[in-house]
Amino acid sequence: MAAKTLTINGKQISAEEGATILQAAEEAGVKIPTLCHLDGVYDVGACRLCLVEVTGVPKLLPACTTKVSEGMEIKTDSEQLQKYRRLTLELLFAERNHVCAVCVANGHCELQTLAYSQGMDHVRYDYCFPKWGVDNTHRLFGMDHNRCILCTRCVRVCWHIEGAGTKNVAGRGSKAKIITDLNMPWGESGSCTNCGKCVQSCPTGALFYKGSTVAEMERDRSRLEFIVTAREKKLWVASD
Amino acid sequence: MSFLDLDEFLIELAQKVEIVFSPVVDVKEYPRDVDVCLIEGAICNEDHVEMVHKIRKYTKTVVSFGDCAVTGNVTAIRNQLGLGNRENVLQRAYVEAAQLNPCVPEDKGIVPPLLERVMPVHEMVYVDYYLPGCPPPAARIKSFVTQLLEGKELHLAGAEIKFG
Ligand code: SF4
Ligand code: SF4
Ligand code: FES
Repeated sequence: MAAKTLTINGKQISAEEGATILQAAEEAGVKIPTLCHLDGVYDVGACRLCLVEVTGVPKLLPACTTKVSEGMEIKTDSEQLQKYRRLTLELLFAERNHVCAVCVANGHCELQTLAYSQGMDHVRYDYCFPKWGVDNTHRLFGMDHNRCILCTRCVRVCWHIEGAGTKNVAGRGSKAKIITDLNMPWGESGSCTNCGKCVQSCPTGALFYKGSTVAEMERDRSRLEFIVTAREKKLWVASD
Repeated sequence: MSFLDLDEFLIELAQKVEIVFSPVVDVKEYPRDVDVCLIEGAICNEDHVEMVHKIRKYTKTVVSFGDCAVTGNVTAIRNQLGLGNRENVLQRAYVEAAQLNPCVPEDKGIVPPLLERVMPVHEMVYVDYYLPGCPPPAARIKSFVTQLLEGKELHLAGAEIKFG
């Protein structure tokens, strides 16, 4: 495949045609913060944490869904981007109910880690304090809508790695929510295979194994990677 | 309480600062011309509103100390019950969960009237610095207080500002 040459933060790099800016940056050792991106499933550009500046383009572009092109000049860490990233994180925290101190994911949460690594020491917006529930009807797993950031990772792994199609998004705007089948309790879903891939994929404390209490919900992402590698490369190996 | 985990640093600290007001100092009125105030807890009743305005007025540097002050944390969960949560929480605490004499105390000066909504401190007054954590670990408090005493522009970064 043809190679494209471009610059990231002033550094000249080359990337394969068809690669995303995120992949090119990763190859070049440049870290771009992400939240909805998950290795092994297609990207949707839902969280906007990976926004980058491209010279000549008036708007910011998500690195995970934008393909590289010849001569692109990309900036990943300007002051403006840092400002917007923090703002995006603050909005995520203000939108639902995140109480890290009593959350199953405390200490193992991608949202929490991103927040502190981007310098978020408080949220400038008024918290919304919406009323959301917890679905504890499944035999093995629980879903706490209070912690969900609608990244749709669970939906994508459910449809495209497991092939069950149980998880979906319903509603719009701040009323949007993750549902199972036709918006029924998870425990009554006829299509869920109890595989737990959604639980492995979730970046926050929204999906958890039943019985985990505060700070206990750790995930093992290599299990998802294993399946993706097996399918794409026909190799049954764990990365390490 | 995690302040006490500072152990021997407390002795060092005691030589550098004068504590003029705290739950463990027997002073009833918040004094004037205070250099630094570490505020613990969210704003949830009318007494807090009065207090926090007084603190802001008489203090140079106001710090939101711990997750409750910074975010509302667990104490703000009642906000999820929507308007009317005041009555619900009082009912739950003083009537449903009571073993003796179930009744909501109504005499003046016993339970300060609750606000409709629990708020982080910075929703009500300007806050100079934030120290998250539930509770903030001793090392974080030490680093913060040390920088504060040195009079430098404060800088906490990375996991030092982790919530929870
Ligand atoms: S999901 Fe993450 S950010 Fe939200 S409360 Fe839990 S630990 Fe905190
Ligand atoms: S449940 Fe988890 S994985 Fe699914 S959308 Fe919400 S935060 Fe993302
Ligand atoms: S990681 Fe690119 S938009 Fe979420």
